[in-house]
Amino acid sequence: MIAKEEEQEELEQEDTVESSHREIVIPGEKIADGDDYLAGEGTRKEGKSIIASRFGLADKSDRLIKIIPLSGIYMARRGNIVIGKVLDITFNGWIIDIGSPYASFLPVAECPRFINKNDLAEFYDIGDMIVAKVWSVKRKGIDLTIKSRGLGKLEGGMIIKINSNKVPRVIGKAGSMINLIKEATGCDITVGQNGIIWIRGSKVEDELFAEKAIRFVTEKSFIEGLTEKTKEWIEEQKQEEKKEKTKEKK
Amino acid sequence: MAYTKRFDGRKFDETREIRAEIGVIPRADGSALFAFGDTIAIAAVYGPRTLHPQHLQDPERGVLRVVYDMISFSVLDRKRPGPSRRSQEISKITEWALAPAVQIEEFQGTVVDVHITILQANASTRCAGINAAALALAHAGVPMTDLITSVSVGKIDNQIVVDVIKEEEDYEEGEGSTDIAMSFKSSSGDLTHLQLDGKIRGRELKEAIEAGKKACKKIYEIQKKVLKQVGMEEA
Repeated sequence: MIAKEEEQEELEQEDTVESSHREIVIPGEKIADGDDYLAGEGTRKEGKSIIASRFGLADKSDRLIKIIPLSGIYMARRGNIVIGKVLDITFNGWIIDIGSPYASFLPVAECPRFINKNDLAEFYDIGDMIVAKVWSVKRKGIDLTIKSRGLGKLEGGMIIKINSNKVPRVIGKAGSMINLIKEATGCDITVGQNGIIWIRGSKVEDELFAEKAIRFVTEKSFIEGLTEKTKEWIEEQKQEEKKEKTKEKK
Repeated sequence: MAYTKRFDGRKFDETREIRAEIGVIPRADGSALFAFGDTIAIAAVYGPRTLHPQHLQDPERGVLRVVYDMISFSVLDRKRPGPSRRSQEISKITEWALAPAVQIEEFQGTVVDVHITILQANASTRCAGINAAALALAHAGVPMTDLITSVSVGKIDNQIVVDVIKEEEDYEEGEGSTDIAMSFKSSSGDLTHLQLDGKIRGRELKEAIEAGKKACKKIYEIQKKVLKQVGMEEA
């Protein structure tokens, strides 16, 4: 499956969110005093105290304090699976928009099969949507690759966009949430870490239902035991649909 | 007659009723509303994102860009839409007030855009704008060393007052009116912006800054509260 690796990564994130002590912090707020903790991502050490440098959830696990962002733009990380749109074609690759501050580039050399360099548009044309993996994040640019199974051009289906910080919730623990939605709707779903989601089902209704379910998850992401709640919600929706259908028949 | 009672009956060290909201503009990366009574400002933050045209990019650090504007129906006489000398000056001032807290050094070649719009004006618009912008920047997840809080302090005749309104700004009796807009880093209490319009003695200015600092502490508590609330909902 495409999303295996990212799911693994998100599994860790999800665990730390749920099991350890956490609280909302704002920039400039003191999180902890003394030498008990190390200052992790999104924090800094000032004298003896650890201060938050951004808005988010302060997570104290083991001896490390880091901040899990709740809002803001997507920052690419090596290994992330992302969905992007082809913006431009250069002599040796494609420029892809993945919604990050820096442009990302997919070189021809990172394609799994031979491509005639004179006709790159034949392979991916401007406006095509592709799934790619972040190969490296440099100072002023991101390199992508599609040399892995399940990566490449997306055909058919529909694209929706969500807040990239909600992606771990949509995927759920070990992919539980996304698998639930996939099963309930019978759709093929790929979630990019940049918050772009591709849904393809046999019927448009199924795709719209999947979108509705995903929106439900992002809106209710603060509820405990969300997977169970979503399950109930999906059942409810399905029953309502049945009722309406029988009404129509009458 | 000396200025012994405020036009709206407030205490001298009391701000107008403060309203703060986060996420008022869903399409923005971060947004906020901040109001001192009937002075209402909204701020939207976009970015960090690639800065175009390219010659404006800074290869060493990210750029903070602020645009302040008053909506045409925000004042009694219709404000001609579009940038003006005044709005450009306040944009720049706001940028400088926020810059000491914003840490975008690592986002080379990008810009963080802050758009402040005044929906309704009754003096202290730049302070409301700065407060809204600080909230919106935090909401957008932009790294910051501290939150910025801003307030206007006035010297009306020889009375120091906090959060000036239009009538006070136009007060002409006795020593007249002096308007001082100031911004602080909330936790450290460092001054990031100080503007003075009028005349004041050194001793009185110190007094005014102290009064501003005290008022900002209260405003900060409100900023903190709304941010935490939104955090609880989004977490």
